[in-house]
Amino acid sequence: MGGLIPHVPTLDDFFPPNFLFDGTWFEFNRVQLVRLIVLAVVLIAMCVLASRAKLVPGRAQSIIELMMEFVNNTIIANTLGLREGKRFAPFLITLFFFLLSMNLAGVVPGLNLAGTSVIGLPLLAALWTFVVYVAAGVKKRGVFGYLKHETAPAGVPKPIYLLLVPIEFLQVVLIRWASLTIRLLANMVAGHIMLVVFIGLTQGLLLSGTWLVAISPFAGALAIGIYGFEIFVAGLQAFIFTILAAVYIQMATSDEH
Amino acid sequence: MDPMILSELSGNVASVGYGLAAIGPGIGIGIIVGKTAEATARQPELRGQLQSTMFIGIAFTEILTLLAIVTGLLFG
Repeated sequence: MGGLIPHVPTLDDFFPPNFLFDGTWFEFNRVQLVRLIVLAVVLIAMCVLASRAKLVPGRAQSIIELMMEFVNNTIIANTLGLREGKRFAPFLITLFFFLLSMNLAGVVPGLNLAGTSVIGLPLLAALWTFVVYVAAGVKKRGVFGYLKHETAPAGVPKPIYLLLVPIEFLQVVLIRWASLTIRLLANMVAGHIMLVVFIGLTQGLLLSGTWLVAISPFAGALAIGIYGFEIFVAGLQAFIFTILAAVYIQMATSDEH
Repeated sequence: MDPMILSELSGNVASVGYGLAAIGPGIGIGIIVGKTAEATARQPELRGQLQSTMFIGIAFTEILTLLAIVTGLLFG
């Protein structure tokens, strides 16, 4: 008996107390600090690398180039096509790097909370995507042409349109960006809670002072496994968000369904 | 919560809601990945394209489970 009671994760973990400008509109807590740190690190690293870009890349430069090529060859080439996708490549690559770095903050020791685990950032990225694909569609077809293209696909029996048009309209104006937000947010929140549960379980077993100490190494190994899984999830969610953004742009600008 | 109680049942239907909501998408994702593996075995040169289609399908399927997490946290 005895020992320290492990921390039981709740949703309050994602809303730590403010430590700057408390009570004003510019409340500043740990999540914002994490976001600022990640932003600064990524911006400085990118600026330094871009200013020293060489024809024969060094180690750091080739890692960044590999990631950009991954976005270009895997995401853009398979959805938009390389020729059409060239216009949207800066947007998609920025989105990928932005989300990847913010997600990875959740597994960096010391930061330990993803920038995307509170709704603001996923919502911002999703609305940005929404504006980009609607703007691309409207620019190509005009407002009514775009709505007709997205909500009323050809080759459907006439009465079905009564049902199809409202659903597709709702899909375009709400469900797409809302589901992008919820997918990213729920993954990061669930990932953080899972990490806290398993590390807390290890601590609880280790300090329990009974025979349960014997199984704490297994719980610790499980926690490390979950940690690796979270690194994978951080990359996967950035990838899925970007590929869905590319698919939505492709749906808005494609010639034929 | 007393950490020494190993099994305890409390709460409302939201406590098991996530488990219920994970059944359908679990089967769905299994089918998607299985079919992708099958298709890759038939045509290995299309691997990249098949994988991106697979991830898009998984994303649309798993959103149902993720909604269950969110509703569980909201109404639980």
